[in-house]
Amino acid sequence: MYAYSDFDESFVRNRVRQFRDQVERRIDGRLSEDEFKPLRLMNGLYLQLHAYMLRVAIPYGTLDARQMRQLATISERWDRGYGHFTTRQNIQFNWPKLRDVPDMLDALADVGMHAIQTSGNCVRNVTSDHFAGAAADEIADPRPYAELLRQWSSDHPEFQYLPRKFKIAITGATADRAVTRAHDIGLRVVARDGAVGFEVSVGGGLGRTPMIGRVIRDFLPEADLVPYVEAVLGVYNQLGRRDNKYKARIKIAVHEMGLDTIRDLVEARFAETRSEFPGAEAALAEIRAAFRAPDFRAGGTAIPSGSPAFRAWTDTNLAPHRREDHAIVTVSLKTPGQQPGDASADQMRAIADLAETYGYDEIRISHRQNVILPHVRKDDLPAVFEALAAAGLAAANAGLISDIIACPGMDYCALATARSIPVAQEIAVLFETLDLAHEVGPLRLNVSGCINACGHHHVADIGILGLERAGVETYQITLGGDPTERIAIGERTGPGFAADEIVGAVERIVTAYLELRDSADETFAEAYRRLGLAPFQKALYSEESRENAA
Amino acid sequence: MKRRFHPSVVTANDLFEGHPVWRTADGRWSATIREAEVLRDPETAEARLAAAASDAARVVGPYLAEVATAPEGPAPLHFREVFRVRGPAHASDRLDHLPGE
Repeated sequence: MYAYSDFDESFVRNRVRQFRDQVERRIDGRLSEDEFKPLRLMNGLYLQLHAYMLRVAIPYGTLDARQMRQLATISERWDRGYGHFTTRQNIQFNWPKLRDVPDMLDALADVGMHAIQTSGNCVRNVTSDHFAGAAADEIADPRPYAELLRQWSSDHPEFQYLPRKFKIAITGATADRAVTRAHDIGLRVVARDGAVGFEVSVGGGLGRTPMIGRVIRDFLPEADLVPYVEAVLGVYNQLGRRDNKYKARIKIAVHEMGLDTIRDLVEARFAETRSEFPGAEAALAEIRAAFRAPDFRAGGTAIPSGSPAFRAWTDTNLAPHRREDHAIVTVSLKTPGQQPGDASADQMRAIADLAETYGYDEIRISHRQNVILPHVRKDDLPAVFEALAAAGLAAANAGLISDIIACPGMDYCALATARSIPVAQEIAVLFETLDLAHEVGPLRLNVSGCINACGHHHVADIGILGLERAGVETYQITLGGDPTERIAIGERTGPGFAADEIVGAVERIVTAYLELRDSADETFAEAYRRLGLAPFQKALYSEESRENAA
Repeated sequence: MKRRFHPSVVTANDLFEGHPVWRTADGRWSATIREAEVLRDPETAEARLAAAASDAARVVGPYLAEVATAPEGPAPLHFREVFRVRGPAHASDRLDHLPGE
């Protein structure tokens, strides 16, 4: 993985020193809250419902064991012994004290990490495929490109005060596991005539106005990545609305001005500025050296036999590796009943130990709020499973209905309009109790606690959006969303449900699916594409369905 | 049409810890809503809010929150405020920063 240079180290340490001084000035009154707030946000420090929250960047979701152990240490020393992994592949600490935050940032800098640009109207953490560097369907490892963009966008003087935040995602595989078309810029590595380049989409995003990104360039040569992305940002910086934050994202500019107009402007700017950029070859070569594949140890190509629990886990939590003797392991942070995406300090250390012993010191965080061990020898899977089970991390549910994405919601978030976590917990426990999750099969269920859609509810098979209606929590349901290369925004089913009705409503949808599917092989997504919304609406809202479920 | 004033308390977040706090009749900030001063008319509420806003060395973002009144003290009305009083659902996070609740 990428290692900090002296320049990076010096830059991050300097920012910590500056922030330490800013905190002191806030406390002694030399800075007002109005002056301090943008400074703390630029360093990832939010003020939430119950406490401050520090959001730490995990670039493209990549960590090593030393960094994971340091996150564990930070959580114990300055927080409450756990961390929350987010849909943007970051980690959040929910209980830091203001005076402690500079020390936390110094501790992060000790392992080449920071919280810069995890908030504010700037280019945020570049996200990527959590199977990067390991996936069997990969054309090229997207992480060197993501790192190039990270270096380019970090403290970029022109893009610190954009009209609104800006998110870039990149995948190097044929399957889109990074939800690229739901980002301000989505990059998909493609090969053409033997050359590697990118399909570039712009104007995707979720939130209150969900939009699917549109292809602005079907093939961008690798060498042009930075100048072209800079041209997009430059155009957006000029055109993006600053009078209304709800209309400030680039998706609104693309929608209002039209893709062709935006494309012409970007191409004109690109033509004008391209010559100012040195080629990316040298920088990419240097970065790629840091992302060399590990020296893989050979092993058997079959998954060893084991207990029923082991077999259930291998059925759901493994993905194909590009080597036949290895597998990609998803460590579920979704044991039914737990807070989705949370890991205790002990669990973080257990994962770090496994990464070192069996995983070539590589860890990834997925946007589905799980941890990935990208390279595990199949021969080592029983030992990995045993260690995960001992740490309470062996839930066999990756990709199933209990593998729920949930934002922090009104349990923590100051922006939330309803709770997400208890809804996710109740649904996961219900299907665990009914022993139905494996019978239901692959099903993405995502919960957001407000219209900002951090829980990605728009692109779930079953999406749940928590809102306030007349002073009470109400939950809207969308169906048929898809985060993959087939991306689709879910359709709203109709009126929302009260907090004590939403779990039953989900059960009615799933029961309907089990009755309607043409075989056990037809997934929920496939059944929905075949049947459409109507039969599920009937199951949700008809008196008969409600009475049967009651 | 102007909304009818409802009994309210002044609440904010503690500058140092970030925890919810409520303003008492003697101008202190309490971690317990039961100790908050109940403001029964808009003029007093605005005056107390202005006083709270000048207390930036202790708190962040003061605002008025509507309450129900009872002999044991005020209780939050809106569910958001209920969650601020109660704490998150997470077992290890619940209430331990809210002595007296």
